[in-house]
Amino acid sequence: MSEMAFPFAVLPRGANTNATPVAPLTEADRKPLTKKEVSADHPTWCPGCGDFSVLALYFKLIEKRRMFHEKITTVAGIGCSSRFPYFVQAHGAHFIHGRALPFASGVALSRPDLHVFVFGGDGDAFSIGGNHFTHTARKNVKLTYVVMDNNVYGLTKSQTSPTSPIGFKSKTDVWGAKDRPVNPIKQAICAGATFVARTTSTNPNHVLAMMEQAMDHDGFAFIQVLSECTEFYAGAFDHANPRKGGTFAEVPKEHDVTDEYASYRLAEDLSPGKFGVFYKTQRPTKNANEWQIIADHQAKTVGLEPWQILKKNFDRMK
Amino acid sequence: MSEAAVATSAGGQPTVSKISEAVIRIAGNSQDGIQAIGGFMARLAGRSEQEVMTFMTIPSTISGGPSIFQVRIGSGEVLSPGDEADMLLAFYDHSYLAHLSSLKKGGIVLYDSDHLKPEAIPAENLAKYRHIGVPISSLTIEAIGGSGRDKGKNVYALGLLARMFDLNVEKLHRLLQERFTGKDPKIAETALNAFNAGYHYTLATATELFQFQPGENVGLSQVVMSGNEALAYGLIAAGVRFGAGYPITPWSDIMELLRRELPKYGGQFQQCEDELASVSMALGASWGGRVAVTGSSGPGIALKTEAIGWAVMAEMPLIVVDVQRGGPSTGMPTNIEQSDLNIAVFGGHGDCPRVVIAPASVEDCFYSAIEAVNIARKYSTPVILLTDQGIATRIEAFKEPDLRKVVQDISPDYTAVTEHKPYDLSAPDGITRHLAPGTRVASGKYPVVTGLEHDELGHPTGSPKVHLQMTAKRRNKLKKLATELPAPVVYGPPEGQVLLVSWGSAQGPVQEAVKVARAAGQAVSGLHIKYISPLPNDLDKIFEAFNHVLVVELNDEGLNGVGQFGGLLRARYADKKIRGITKSDGLTWKIREILDRIAAMTA
Repeated sequence: MSEMAFPFAVLPRGANTNATPVAPLTEADRKPLTKKEVSADHPTWCPGCGDFSVLALYFKLIEKRRMFHEKITTVAGIGCSSRFPYFVQAHGAHFIHGRALPFASGVALSRPDLHVFVFGGDGDAFSIGGNHFTHTARKNVKLTYVVMDNNVYGLTKSQTSPTSPIGFKSKTDVWGAKDRPVNPIKQAICAGATFVARTTSTNPNHVLAMMEQAMDHDGFAFIQVLSECTEFYAGAFDHANPRKGGTFAEVPKEHDVTDEYASYRLAEDLSPGKFGVFYKTQRPTKNANEWQIIADHQAKTVGLEPWQILKKNFDRMK
Repeated sequence: MSEAAVATSAGGQPTVSKISEAVIRIAGNSQDGIQAIGGFMARLAGRSEQEVMTFMTIPSTISGGPSIFQVRIGSGEVLSPGDEADMLLAFYDHSYLAHLSSLKKGGIVLYDSDHLKPEAIPAENLAKYRHIGVPISSLTIEAIGGSGRDKGKNVYALGLLARMFDLNVEKLHRLLQERFTGKDPKIAETALNAFNAGYHYTLATATELFQFQPGENVGLSQVVMSGNEALAYGLIAAGVRFGAGYPITPWSDIMELLRRELPKYGGQFQQCEDELASVSMALGASWGGRVAVTGSSGPGIALKTEAIGWAVMAEMPLIVVDVQRGGPSTGMPTNIEQSDLNIAVFGGHGDCPRVVIAPASVEDCFYSAIEAVNIARKYSTPVILLTDQGIATRIEAFKEPDLRKVVQDISPDYTAVTEHKPYDLSAPDGITRHLAPGTRVASGKYPVVTGLEHDELGHPTGSPKVHLQMTAKRRNKLKKLATELPAPVVYGPPEGQVLLVSWGSAQGPVQEAVKVARAAGQAVSGLHIKYISPLPNDLDKIFEAFNHVLVVELNDEGLNGVGQFGGLLRARYADKKIRGITKSDGLTWKIREILDRIAAMTA
């Protein structure tokens, strides 16, 4: 029984067995990555889709913040916007519908050296993945979650989404949607997100500013980006676009972003509502808590090899 | 109770019989601490170089409810929890009534006469079994005081058993002290008092006491633990440092242990909001560079299947533990069943080949966990470890593993590479290798892991040709694994009348059935198959030498009449002589049941 058919020797440590190793890159050799270097597949989005803007600003963020190419980690679930990782020339994961956040949490919690960006849509975030949104927020897992909200299911061609307004006509509500839509900002605040911001794809500088602040936030950072679906919900956000006769009103300067109730009230009306950081607070992250638990335990096993730690347990079971 | 010799019979003193093994069933309510008595006896057996196997049931409700713990201790090989008990320790009248039938004729009933009144015992029972009434509850109060909320009577009863079976008191004292150390020192003292009171109680009505022959495992340093513990420690030994799960019986013990232990090794286990999140989080951590674990029992495995499909498509290493219980749906949460084989092997949509390994015993749980991790790493695949409620909760003693040798380092390697294609169709071994994020690729071309059909870099494609190639790649790597699996060895002669095929926890009962059948002159052999998916090659060559191939498994015969593993073997070999010996009563196999079914099916 104790003779294993598949001992460690079946595969030595290190995964890169098919590849030739190269020397590490020196800091001096690092340059800001250009759009050309970090763009991959041509996006599958329809012409005019708001998601193009978010992608372009992600590239901008990578360049501006001089991110290390190998450290860029992009995760998404399923939906039009969730195709994101294919368009970024970097390590990426395209996971299953609704579960991008727990997948990304697994990366973030086990890899403190990486900052994980998660991109998705309103269906992924608030419908099929609603439970994960709540729990990732309350646990304050350190990552950046950008939801491109178009108020409609686009990839499956025009069904009602959890953020579709009442009266919106889709293939599944031909007479107009009846269900009260999710208010993403209120949802995020109630769930315990520690950074909650709102922006719109038609204001690139604002999108970039929100992404930068989200990335710098030590905790779960959520950004709702209004991103028009030109195919199935054209004009959805004209009211937030000055070029279309709407108004882009920023969160008032006097708003106290640490005041949970004030932030909640500020999110009452989102048509078109305000733009900017609604809520921001500091709470220990899940990541920090876990690494503290690990540090506390490892302080008691200093100098011991893993087999010696295990041996102590086995000695107690004799 | 196999008796070797009657040793002494001094005047007035009870006789002392030497025995090679005994099956003791302890029946009471779940809060009586009967698992603790059984646990102490099992640990003692382990320290006494004896073999031990236990079997327990717990009610699925939170408070109260009948519960049993059966412990079989032997000087020789112990393969099953035992068909019939030699002794029944009954705390209540309901425990007496429910479990008397499990006692062999002439067996001993030790009962708490505070709860079961001697006058209530029917004369026919008195004729059939030996009854010893001890007012356990009131004597416990007498010994240790208190309001008598039944606390401590388990330890008192352990004292009685220790006297009756001449157990090593010194070792039991030490076990009790170890168990209660760290709490209020008074508690350890009280426990010792209760034990000693039981031990010194004069078993006036006992005419016979017993003494185990010395164990055969002399010189072996043994560890004693449950299957769930062995599996969890096996994962730690294998180098797993991240896990995620959601509580469900009987899987929860594993996640509790990993949550507690992993931080010592720099690892962590996350309790998630649901099963979907836990498998997803584990996959995220696997992609992060180090194979991670998730697990559950039946209903939770059903919820995880979509993500397991992603792991197959993305070719991401992952360990999924399925501690099977009675199903379908919520089923029988605290009973044993082997009815998740189909979901383990086939669960999910699409063509979804994966690895399934079924450990056979507690010891096997430890080593199978390490093997599973190494297979997941080598073949870049999800591996399902299929155990069951029986193995999970039972306690066995086994040879202490050589930890210095088996504990392995699988920490991720982020060494930069020139270029990399994870789904390389021209890879010499045909197997996918992933780079963890954080690994620099000098060519600037980075891979994506995905659930969409993809090209060699992980980018989506709808090409019929690529789908064919990639589907074949995912299949062929596991066919390659099949060629590397050790050939299963026939237990008994390699030809004969009947071949009993077992998987998982049926191994012990099947081997014991083979022994008994052969002793009775029947040409019965056994074949245990541990690697369920892929199957080892050439099983048909083994089957050829037998007239009947009977697959013994704890599940229903199903619509096709052959059980789940039987169905798999039939599909593979299209051999009508493969039939099933199945049952789904939620209990472990009795040797007698297997023998009767062989007789009926080969008549």
